[in-house]
Amino acid sequence: MIVARRKPAPPLLAAATGRRTVLVAGCKGCVAVCGVGGEREVRLLAAQLELAAKRLGQKRTVLRATVARQCDPGFLSSFDSLMEQAEACFSLGCGVGVQYMAERYPAKPVFPAVDTVFAGGSPAAGLWEERCRMCGECVLGETGGICPVSRCAKGLLNGPCGGSVNELCEIGHNQPCAWNLIYERLAGQGRLEGLTVITPPKDWSRAGAGVRSVVREDLMP
Amino acid sequence: MSLELQREQWRVVETEWRPKIIVFCCHRCAPGAADTAGIMRLQYPPEVLIIRVPCSGRVDEEFILRAFAGGTELTEKLRRVGVDEEFILRAFAGGADGVVVAGCLEGTCHYLVGNTRAARRVERMRTFLSEVGLEAERLEMHHMAASMGTSFARMAADFTGRVRLLGPAFPAVHAASAEGGSGL
Repeated sequence: MIVARRKPAPPLLAAATGRRTVLVAGCKGCVAVCGVGGEREVRLLAAQLELAAKRLGQKRTVLRATVARQCDPGFLSSFDSLMEQAEACFSLGCGVGVQYMAERYPAKPVFPAVDTVFAGGSPAAGLWEERCRMCGECVLGETGGICPVSRCAKGLLNGPCGGSVNELCEIGHNQPCAWNLIYERLAGQGRLEGLTVITPPKDWSRAGAGVRSVVREDLMP
Repeated sequence: MSLELQREQWRVVETEWRPKIIVFCCHRCAPGAADTAGIMRLQYPPEVLIIRVPCSGRVDEEFILRAFAGGTELTEKLRRVGVDEEFILRAFAGGADGVVVAGCLEGTCHYLVGNTRAARRVERMRTFLSEVGLEAERLEMHHMAASMGTSFARMAADFTGRVRLLGPAFPAVHAASAEGGSGL
């Protein structure tokens, strides 16, 4: 899933300055799962926006609504009537949600209330870690299901760099050396011979600039 | 005491600002401590309003922010939330100046870790409050057992004193209401 982090309040409060009616828009997708963008977080940010205004002796109405997925324009129509009243919107969706909101309501400023960080998972409560760089050319089949692109600090495709110490990456933070993990996994599967094959450089154009798109004609109307 | 002097004293009492203090009390400990304080004939400030919750871990961030925020959009909110939040929110029509979350002593939570989670949440909420311009000192976490009546009374008096020194949480609202305006 997409993992995001709540932005600190001060820049959001600055953006809300002078606006009497604002909308806080949540998303029930990834950002709700990673605890920054669901209904609960919408209420929290709304309360903060109200408190800040009250502290300054101003009156501010904070509208709030949450849709199933902000990254799906089909769900955004439920914001329409609220956006008519609101002078600005604070989106707790990921960067995709914010962009679709901004596209749908081009006359009103839409501010991101979260920083979208990476594609990852949650191995334990309160912990999220990156597991995919979305490079567009998956090599997990050859690396025993351990991603060298996202988990090796240097993104190497052909074995360890030689900098690891005690099976830990030289960058520190107790990060395991991804290529050590790959070696152990493939050894356990009796597939070490795969490591002798040199993987050619990745086709980074697949991860390149511009807008990537995925088309599935079988799913189209 | 002459009648005139008494009237003057009442006038001072009526116009003097008195902080609103909300104490979220874990059902298992702090209300018992407050009762014990009563049995021991220990006084604590009448500004303190006790709200009993099933566990201090049940006090989520929104309860705390709402305790300060007061009645804005309360009606709309009450329609949408469950009963458990409703009884808490109803208490805040005027807005709090200070909030305490009182949970069990460490290691004695009926739900094992509710009080330690509450303490972590309170720390996070102190940051949230300071981000919006409210002093973090307006929110505190305390641990106590039902037998600790003295601790409860002292905590209530000390905290109320500290909030008094900080002044109203929303000076503009307070000033407006003092001048006879409706505030916000």
